[in-house]
Amino acid sequence: MDLSIAGILLLNGTTNAAVYAMLAMALVLVFTVTRVIFLPQGEYVAYGALTLALLQLGKVPGTVWLMLAMAIAAVAQDAARHLAQGRLGALARDALLTIGTAAAIAALTWWGASRQWPLWANGLLTLAIITPLGPLTYRLAYAGLADASVLVLLIVSVGVHLAMLGMALVFFGGEGFRNPSFWDERFSLGQLTLQGQSAIILGTSALLIVLLAFFFGRTLLGKALRATAVNRLGARLMGISTTTAGSLSFALAAFIGALSGLLIGSTTTVFYDSGFLIGIKGFIAAIFGALASYPAAALGALFVGLVESFGAFWQSAFKEVIVFVMILPVLFWRSFRSDPTDEEEE
Amino acid sequence: MRRACLFACIALTLALPLLPVPEFWITQLNYIGMYSLVVIGLVLLTGVVGLTSFGQTAFVGIGAYAAAVLAVKAGWSPWLTLPMGLALNAGTALLLGWITLRMSGHFLPLATLAWGMALYYLFGNIEELGKYDGVIGIPPLSIIGVQLDTGRSYYLLVWPIVIACALLVLHLLDSRPGRALRSLRHGSIMAEAMGVHSQRYKLLAFFIAAMLASLAGWLFAHYQRAVNPSPFGPNMGIQYLFMAVIGGVGHVWGAIAGSAVAKLLESQLQVWLPRLLGANGNYETVVFGVMLILVLRWGRDGLWSFVDRWLPPPRRARDWDTAAPLETRLRPTRGSELLDVRAICKQYGGLVAVNNVSLQVRAGEIVGLIGPNGAGKTTAFNVITGVVPLTAGSVSLAGETISGLPSREIARRGLSRTFQHVRMVPEMTVLENVALGCHRRGVRGTLAAMLRLDRTEERRLLREAQRQLTRVGLEDQLDQRAGNLPLGKQRLMEIARSLASDPLLLLLDEPAAGLRHFEKGALAEVLRQLSGEGMSILLVEHDMDVVMGVCDRVVVMEFGTHLMEGSPAEVQASPAVRAAYLGT
Repeated sequence: MDLSIAGILLLNGTTNAAVYAMLAMALVLVFTVTRVIFLPQGEYVAYGALTLALLQLGKVPGTVWLMLAMAIAAVAQDAARHLAQGRLGALARDALLTIGTAAAIAALTWWGASRQWPLWANGLLTLAIITPLGPLTYRLAYAGLADASVLVLLIVSVGVHLAMLGMALVFFGGEGFRNPSFWDERFSLGQLTLQGQSAIILGTSALLIVLLAFFFGRTLLGKALRATAVNRLGARLMGISTTTAGSLSFALAAFIGALSGLLIGSTTTVFYDSGFLIGIKGFIAAIFGALASYPAAALGALFVGLVESFGAFWQSAFKEVIVFVMILPVLFWRSFRSDPTDEEEE
Repeated sequence: MRRACLFACIALTLALPLLPVPEFWITQLNYIGMYSLVVIGLVLLTGVVGLTSFGQTAFVGIGAYAAAVLAVKAGWSPWLTLPMGLALNAGTALLLGWITLRMSGHFLPLATLAWGMALYYLFGNIEELGKYDGVIGIPPLSIIGVQLDTGRSYYLLVWPIVIACALLVLHLLDSRPGRALRSLRHGSIMAEAMGVHSQRYKLLAFFIAAMLASLAGWLFAHYQRAVNPSPFGPNMGIQYLFMAVIGGVGHVWGAIAGSAVAKLLESQLQVWLPRLLGANGNYETVVFGVMLILVLRWGRDGLWSFVDRWLPPPRRARDWDTAAPLETRLRPTRGSELLDVRAICKQYGGLVAVNNVSLQVRAGEIVGLIGPNGAGKTTAFNVITGVVPLTAGSVSLAGETISGLPSREIARRGLSRTFQHVRMVPEMTVLENVALGCHRRGVRGTLAAMLRLDRTEERRLLREAQRQLTRVGLEDQLDQRAGNLPLGKQRLMEIARSLASDPLLLLLDEPAAGLRHFEKGALAEVLRQLSGEGMSILLVEHDMDVVMGVCDRVVVMEFGTHLMEGSPAEVQASPAVRAAYLGT
């Protein structure tokens, strides 16, 4: 291997790492705030990429109807509670806000689908369709179980993963799609060429990390999320709603997932089930930080990306094997770094 | 009645292939049987111990590939490939478990998921394993010259194995190691305090689950007569978990119910959903996913719990009256020094919770440790019992240094404790909870328990448990679920559990907290009775009636330090103690 190949591998690995880093951030966020190991994170990636693909083809993607159906189900689920407490106002507000938003986005999609909008507009529309799926998933699947053990929440995640995977097949079919690039420019750096799309990926990931750091460090909402992550009961006593915090973290997770989907959609062919694999790599990155540390997760992502890219060069058939076996030494190293922890479930 | 139902079901299951059942159902049932083996392992791991794995499919895969490759390429007999597969899986399970079980429970599923994915891609890319085409031409099994090459004949191999494995696991759960396993779901602090090596038992559960999966893999290989990577992919690993949860993750028989429901539902949905949607694909995962979410929300005990509710509750036959009593420790002579706590310190970052506290307990004495809230009593207690490591100082019991030892070793040396907030296994009976206290007084292990070779010892343990329950006045509640007892009786049960470990010294952490007046009376009565029998007790307590009524000597702590000690009367008269409690 000479230097130029090494450079190409380095660049490729870093670009993939940028995507894994975003997903790892989302996983750490969701886990610390809600204790949910969010197995279906990768599904949002596939949903994002494929929703865009269908919009580009002038079709109304099934994800729109899913969003609408989930909004109605979520309102119906909480309606009983609102009615029992006689809070008709809260019910009406919830219905208007949740179903109204979903209906507005659906109407916009339905109206715009046949009008051949430019790529960026369809991209934004995709984000608007997929992001609400996060908090809706939280409300429907997790919020009623907020006090359950990590194990139960994990198994719920398995259920959400299975459901989302099956629905992806219904919505998008078994065929893969490759989206056009957002930016076709190419930059030459000596012997290296940096694709415009790669530049966007790297830039977006870096920007996202900075924004998240700002959000958690400087804004009240971000601090509330951090407080929930540290101590749920304490946060509740301080007037921070854990349900709101959960919805918010799921919204961020879905947004980050969909955004990652938009970004990778032009660098690789995405199938309905591609998300899971990408999500698991995000998990491996997050495990570097024991699902708790953002910087360690970002470093982990870089490591996973590079191992994958160099592994693909040396042993292309076994690149996935190498990436997945990597988790063992990482866990081994972590197990000596952390005190044996004990989950006490009262 | 329960037993009769069980026998009837087993007989019906085994007689099924002799009846005119269509071949289609025999095939389905064969798969259900093989899935059940994997799921029984998951029930043990998830429902009993509270861990989980997404990678059981990897163990199935190794078992199947070992059978296929060694039989086809090397011509090995199937009876040799089975132990080979088990050995390979044993190594893998122990390695994975050893690495991940040191950390929080959620790393095991992630590690096994990644491991399963790695193995899936490995199977699919190795030339010798036929890549994604796999290995074909696996010979059928034959037993004493009879070839098992039809669905019906294979059924008669699969189902006896399934039933045998279910019974082995059920036997295990109703035994000394089984109680240790069942105690782990609620955290390991209590289990460790009873002398249970919690890590080792978690590893044991994972190991057994891996062995069952490996056996299932071997059966798959010889049933399908071909293997390829796709049935061992990550999705199947997740489906096994689905089966376990649907069936009822806390019930061994639920594993079979869950496998059956999942398999039958899958085959029906695979017919109906594509017709409904007008395209082909694995749409059933949507239904599975939604079902999983609904079950966890509304019926966490799964389908089997409905069957279980309908069956009469299990009754334990009292067959231990004639069992030999357990050996007891040599007791130190009354008045000799038993516990010597020297200048212990515990620091949490900048906070000194316990600072330079010394105290002694002599044999046969009841010593009270009191102090205002936040004085560091419970922390001192946790340091002495090894639940938290001490920063400085030393603790010795009957002349032997115990500071620095893990709490299970301290328990083994004769120091037994109760907890401020009752820690128990609410779904076990009162008798079983107390028998957990005898853990270190028995020696029979997993295999003996599975094969019921441990019954003599088991009777001795249960007899001891009953004896201690009688001692605290709970002899009428042996078969109740511990979680159903009122708090006062749960506290007494904890004391009985500690007594069952044959302790030299009993450490009671606020046993009277939250008790009603008459419950406190019963507690004080038990303590006085124990003291009359010569038991040594260190008692942390807020309730002055209890402390002043039963203690020989009282040590007072304030702000993490030793304030004074003396007889109850001296302490009551001390102005310093009054100042500590009431402020000056």
